Parts: sequence; structure tokens; C-alpha cells
Amino acid sequence: MSIQIWTFILVGITFAIYLSIAWMSRVRDTRGFYVAGGGVPALANGMATAADWMSAASFISMAGLISFMGYTGCVYLMGWTGGYVLLALLLAPYLRKFGKFTVPDFVGDRYYSDGARVVALVCAIFASLTYVAGQMRGVGIVFSRFLEVDVNTGVIIGMIIVFIYAGLGGMKGITWTQVAQYCVLILAFLIPAVAISIKITGHFIPQIGFGGVISEGANAGRYLLDTLNAISADLGFDQYTQAFGPNSKSMLDVAAITLALMVGTAGLPHVIIRFYTVPSVKAARLSAGYALLFIAILYTTAPSVAVFARYNMIDTLNNVAYEQAPSWFKNWEKTGLIAWVDKNGDGKMEYRAGKAIEGKPKLTGQTGIYGQALVSNKVVDSNANELYVDRDIMVLANPEIADLPAWVIALVAAGGLAAALSTASGLLLVIASSISHDLYYRIINRSASEKQRLLLGRIMIGVAVCAAGYFGINPPGFVAQVVAFAFGLAASSFFPILVLGIFWKRASKEGAITGMVLGIGFTMLYIIQTKFLGVGNWFFGISPEGIGTVGMILNFAATVLVSLVTKAPPQDIQDMVESIRTPRGAGLATDH
Amino acid sequence: MENQDRLKEYWRRNLRLMLVLLAIWAVVSYGFSIVFVQALNKIHLGGFPLGFWFAQQGSIYTFVGLIFVYVWRMRRLDREYDVHE
Repeated sequence: MSIQIWTFILVGITFAIYLSIAWMSRVRDTRGFYVAGGGVPALANGMATAADWMSAASFISMAGLISFMGYTGCVYLMGWTGGYVLLALLLAPYLRKFGKFTVPDFVGDRYYSDGARVVALVCAIFASLTYVAGQMRGVGIVFSRFLEVDVNTGVIIGMIIVFIYAGLGGMKGITWTQVAQYCVLILAFLIPAVAISIKITGHFIPQIGFGGVISEGANAGRYLLDTLNAISADLGFDQYTQAFGPNSKSMLDVAAITLALMVGTAGLPHVIIRFYTVPSVKAARLSAGYALLFIAILYTTAPSVAVFARYNMIDTLNNVAYEQAPSWFKNWEKTGLIAWVDKNGDGKMEYRAGKAIEGKPKLTGQTGIYGQALVSNKVVDSNANELYVDRDIMVLANPEIADLPAWVIALVAAGGLAAALSTASGLLLVIASSISHDLYYRIINRSASEKQRLLLGRIMIGVAVCAAGYFGINPPGFVAQVVAFAFGLAASSFFPILVLGIFWKRASKEGAITGMVLGIGFTMLYIIQTKFLGVGNWFFGISPEGIGTVGMILNFAATVLVSLVTKAPPQDIQDMVESIRTPRGAGLATDH
Repeated sequence: MENQDRLKEYWRRNLRLMLVLLAIWAVVSYGFSIVFVQALNKIHLGGFPLGFWFAQQGSIYTFVGLIFVYVWRMRRLDREYDVHE
């Protein structure tokens, strides 16, 4: 059977599973809608959190990104896992004991102020919306690559599926579909990884394989990483395992980005609210452990895939005549993810450091004398590199590189969709609940009936799906760049005031509002200056991705200083802080 | 009053455990994997330079371990101070 038929079958089956789960877990009250009834077992919540967390970017792009960055790829690996330690130790158990529906719930109640609540809900919406636009686009791209439907049609199919299961089942529907989606995406990631590890090193555990020796070819018997280092140096790149090389980021920058991503992870509302869904404080701690365990399975495999794919790419392509290029190269050439320009006219593909062409390949539809797809881009003459390689190809082309059957390729498509849809649904719920719960019910109409609130929640899911779909179909040019916003915002706004709110009774509402505004203000200003206005990285050379760290420190400092010179929080707030520090009596999440 | 002191002590021991675990978290991720990575890269673990291994593998395993140690110790602490659910 062809790849396309397999893809239709597997994507069809997984979508049918998601929809049946949605039907079985449809809800009738707001507690089910916002926190899945508070009865999700720790193990299931761990899986759901892992799927919620791992987006289309983690699944499709991260391994490729690392393979181009070498050591420096650790900023993503550590940054997107280390935050769970902060979450488990500093936030999850206490927020679970507090037991409300959303993050702005905690901020508004702890800092006894609707002002703080509004600032928090605006941050939550902004961080989630920038994130979700990329996910819907991811759904469209997977559809278009594997099923040859238009990207926009793909986005619309994704919107309909998410709307059905999130609208019907709210958090409950989302949780149980995410459990299924985790299983799909992890299988889809592991099967090709194991196969390529066996192919290159003969070892079936990729995590061990990439520290092993190459089993065949000219480099047989040598350590894979040593070989890759030597090849990289020959071709003009930094050595793969070398830290802070001349073409890489500085030590300070690596540390700042890692910390900003860790703290941002711990402050992202769609992750935090998952801990409201478990029955107890004990289960909240445990499910943070399970979540990271399930995430770590993919996150420790990704760097090995990065090494295998990079070695394999250079080994099978570099200095090889185009006519002898492996078949996967010719298959993926049509998608514009990989392209060759014969700068020196020798018919061989030379891979070197530097850009081969300006921008992404624009296919002309014609072929050259060797049968290669021609591109209309301007060729960069200042270096000898002839290959354009998109980072996504490292994961997408893996099954073909490892000669796996068609159904595995189809499974990778289903896995990419699972990763994108699971993250999108979690984000959409945050956006919907910020409006329907935090703004409408908590601030505008405290006397709204259960039925009205549930209906409004569903309507807002619909509105959020449409907004996300709009940005998926008409991606603003800066979508890729604003991801830094989501983490920077979460790091510089939520994290400090959540931690201080739990661990320091003296933190006052004036302190928290000043801290949030100052932290976000500085972070936004820096990102806008460096990303859009062309200003250099003026703060000690720190990249915009890492500036959330500085924003967070400012937020901490401002909250503490202002709290010390303003009135202490009222006694009942201090008692509340006291009570969330002990697990007993967590009970069910409530709405008032 | 005695109950108040007991809860204070529970909180102090929770904080102490938390600080120890966070110290390990910081040493492994920012120490071994970033600040001392070049020194550790001189040592090899099979085909892995050690600093590189910590940055892309070891730190993640440590993070998982830290959370499960925290879960286990806190469960014991909750029981000891009779604040468990």
C-alpha cells in the first residue's frame, strides 16, 4: 500500500479515537469543564501533561534544531525539562491545595485585587494565543506534506476536530484525548529513532547508541561523536560536542536562555492548570514526576536522533554526485525542505558551513541537467556550501533514511498531528477560561448560573478556535519570532509572583502588580527592540530568547521592595497562604 | 499552640528538602552542563565527552530523579507530621 493510503488510514483511526473519547467524556458542569471534575489519576495526568507540553515544534523541529546547534541545543533540552523540577517543588502542590480553576484565580485571590486578576488574565491570553497560532499552522503543514491537501484545508480540519472534543468535553475531554495522543506521538517518535540507531550503531537504545561506535562504512569502528566532530571541523562548522565555539552562543547567553525557558515552562498557564485536575496534593506532586518522565522519553531521544540524522546526512550526501543521491533526498526535494545548487558545476553535492541560498527554496518547477529541482533563490557566493537543509527534515525523512515501511511514515504524520492538536487544545482551554471564567464570572457577573457559564465556556472555546485558525491560515510574519514572547512573558510575569505568593506571606498586591508590570514591560521592550527594531543585544549580549531571565529577576526585586514599603496583606490572606502549605483538606477544586 | 509549632517545623523541613534538591538541580544543569562543561569534556564516558553528556542526557535524568525523590520524601514527611490526605 502506498504511503498516502496508510496515512489516510492511520490519521483516520486516530481521529476516530479522539472523537469517541470526546463523546464518552462529555461534561455537564463547570467543574468538569474547567478541571475535568478533579478526579484524574496521577499517571493519566502525567501523560496528558506530557502531550499538552510537547508541541508540533518539539516533535517535528527540535531534533533538527539540535543537529544544527550541537552542544548549544542543550538550551532546549534542559530548558524545556528543568522547569518541571521548579513546578513540582515550588508550585504544583500548593496551587492544587488552593484548588481553584485557573492561574488568574490564584493571582486575583492571593493578591486580593481584581487589578492583579486582570493583568494575569491578559498575560495568560497573550502567552497562549502566540503559542496556539503556531500549533494550528503545524496541523496544516502536516496535512499538506503527507496527504497533499491544501495547508488551509488542513488547518480547518484541525479546527473542527479540536472544537468538537474541547467544546464537548472541556478539560475532561481534552485530558483523555491527550492521553491517547501521547501514546501515538511517542510511538511515532521512538520507532524511527530505534531503527536509525540500529542502522548506524547497531544499538537498539538510541540514548546509548549515539555514544557508541559506527557499525559500517568508511568510519566503522570509530566513536560516532568523535567522527562527527572531525567531519564538522573539516567542513568548517564548530565541533559538534564543543561548547561556546566561535560560531556558537556564549556561556552567559546559554545560561540565560536555559533559565528563561525553565522558568517560563513553570509559569505557562496551560501547564499549571493541568495540576488542578488531580484529586490530591500528593497526586499533584506525583503527576509532575510522571509528566517529566514521559517528556524525558522524547527529550533524551531527540539529541540522539539529531546526531544520527546529521551524521547520516553528511555521510550520504556530501561530495556525492547528484545522480547517486539516496532516494529520500529526491522525494523530499519536491517539498522544498532540501535543495541543491551546483555552485562549482561539478555535479557533486558539497555540504559546508554557511548559507547556500538566500531564504527558503522557491522551486521553479523545472529540473537541471542532473534532474535536480531548480530554485529561483539568489545563490550565496561567499562560501562553498551547495546544500539547503531544513531542520524539519531530520525527523520527517528519518523513516525513509532508515528504510522503514510505509506505515511507519504514516505513523510519523499521525504523531505530528497528535503533538500539534494536544498542545492546541490545552492552550485553547486557557484562552476560553480566561474570558468566560476569570473575566465574565469572577469580575463581571458573579450571579451567573452554572448553565450560563458552561454555555459561555463552550462559546469561548469556539471563538478561541476561530482566532487560532485565523492565525494559522494567515500567519503573521513574526509567528516564529514571538515564541520567545510566550516564554519570556510567562517567566517575567507569573513565575515570581506565584512563588512569592506561596513562600512569602508579606508579598502585597502593590508589590505583585508592580513586579508583573515591570517584568513584562522590560522583557517586551527588549524583545521588540532586538527582534523588530534592529537594535543589537545590548544587555550583556543576551539573546531575546534569554531576556525573560532578566525580566524575572526585575519582577522578584520589584515585588519584594514594593511589598516591604506597603501594607502587609490582610490576615485572612495570610491565613490562606498558611493553609495551602499543608496538604490535608485539599478536597475538590471549587469555583468561589 | 503546640499544633502551630508542629506545622512550623513541618514547613521548615519541607523548605530544607526543597533547597537541597534545588541545589542539586542547579549544580547539574548550570554547573556540570554549562559553567564546567569544557573541563568535564576532557573526561570521556564511552563515546560521550562528559560535559556534553550532562548537557544533553544526564541533566534530564537527574531532573526526573529529583522529582521522584521529592515525592517520596514528602509523602513520608506528611505522615510524620500528620498532615497527609
